Amino acid sequence: MTSIAGYGVYIPRYRIKIHEIARVWGADGDRVSKGLMINEKSVPGFDEDSTTIAVEAARNAVEHSGVNPKDIGAIYFGSESPAYSVKPTASIIAEAIEASPNMTAADIEFACKAGTAGIQMCMGLTKSEMIKYGMAIGADTSQGRPGDALEYSAAAGGAAFIIGQRGIADIEGTFSYTTDTTDFWRREAEEFPSHGARFTGQPAYFKHVTSATIGLMERLDLEIRDIDYFVPHQPNGSFPLKVGKTLGFETEKIMPSLKVPYIGNTYSGSSMVGLAGVLDVAKPNERILMTSYGSGAGSDSFSILVTDLIEEKRNKKTLDSYIKDKKYIDYAIYAKFKRKIKGVSMG
Amino acid sequence: MAVKGLPASWRKIPQRYNLIGDECKTCGERFFPPVTICPNCRRTGSLERYKFSGEGEIFSYTVVRAAQEGFDFQIPYFLGIIKLKEGPLVISQIVDSDPEEIDIGKKVKTVFRKVREDGSDGVIRYGYKFILDR
Repeated sequence: MTSIAGYGVYIPRYRIKIHEIARVWGADGDRVSKGLMINEKSVPGFDEDSTTIAVEAARNAVEHSGVNPKDIGAIYFGSESPAYSVKPTASIIAEAIEASPNMTAADIEFACKAGTAGIQMCMGLTKSEMIKYGMAIGADTSQGRPGDALEYSAAAGGAAFIIGQRGIADIEGTFSYTTDTTDFWRREAEEFPSHGARFTGQPAYFKHVTSATIGLMERLDLEIRDIDYFVPHQPNGSFPLKVGKTLGFETEKIMPSLKVPYIGNTYSGSSMVGLAGVLDVAKPNERILMTSYGSGAGSDSFSILVTDLIEEKRNKKTLDSYIKDKKYIDYAIYAKFKRKIKGVSMG
Repeated sequence: MAVKGLPASWRKIPQRYNLIGDECKTCGERFFPPVTICPNCRRTGSLERYKFSGEGEIFSYTVVRAAQEGFDFQIPYFLGIIKLKEGPLVISQIVDSDPEEIDIGKKVKTVFRKVREDGSDGVIRYGYKFILDR
């Protein structure tokens, strides 16, 4: 059985309110905020990027797991906002956690689900005993074109999971569903992504999340009553609740992971950050069903059973501690931090 | 395009990412940044790599308002002398903090941040900075 040996999250300290973004573009802040079910989103500091977020999450995961970083045989970094187009972030993370050079590492991309694809890769490598531990990270400083609907949700954050043979939560199984559905994309060297508006909903997010979730439940012979928490990808506040309702999950099984109203959509971090938030509070023998979603499009679903070890190894750096430690900025500072003002750089 | 000067910063990755300095096994003093010889023991010194915890306190600080190139868009920012728990003093930026929070004696810890970028097409230099240990 593969298991989560430890995990770590990181959310930057800065927040911008949805109303502040709406003010700049002459939109109705109440309407936007209510429609997306997002109050505010996280913003990376001027000196933060997906690499620094990933390193902080990875270091938290190493600390939580107690795993010797020299025993980590693979690191996979999933992101759609890597600092370099060519030059892996995974090798920077490896160096920053003092892993051994005798390891494999790669950056992977599948819109918002590359991090969970990394978990599956680590599951295969640990189960086959090719490696002792593997680390999968999902982190983003996502982009939104000024004034576009995405700008209200595109946030920053990440989570790292260390996968091994024994840990705080066993991964009972995984199931993926993948099709060629171009609902959201960013071409090479383009600064901002494009999307199909409503097309990102029914044929994209909903179809893939439900297909992967149902596929996994059928494979493992699970009923809704067997599952204590449902953690879907969180592009906004309404999609997770709607997909949960379609699948038959009670709202209270979704709410513990639904942090998007306070931090926005952390893209590759999204479902993994949600899972971390649930693991912060979950009890032994509770079952968590996480289903990621990546545009383009695909979903990875995981059934995770919390073990007794979680009581001995509670993660002290909880998601809520990062959510609570915040500083509001206005749109002008946000524009500077995000380099939306021409000529702003670090050298 | 070939870029020169990469080895100098590449060699400093251990100290910049993980605060790795030296400890002299003869006199017990710890050094950061790393040294090539123990200044106390000289030929009788025995240096070993030592990883600092990243915890410390503000020994002194200043607010930079006229920045050097590459830091122009970060002003005003705090530059501190941090006294590491293990002894050495380190100069570093203190980030994510408000002026009223910063003071001598406040506890700080390291974070991993971008220190500078060599233009939009060059190498990104990552390394330690400090934040308040709230």
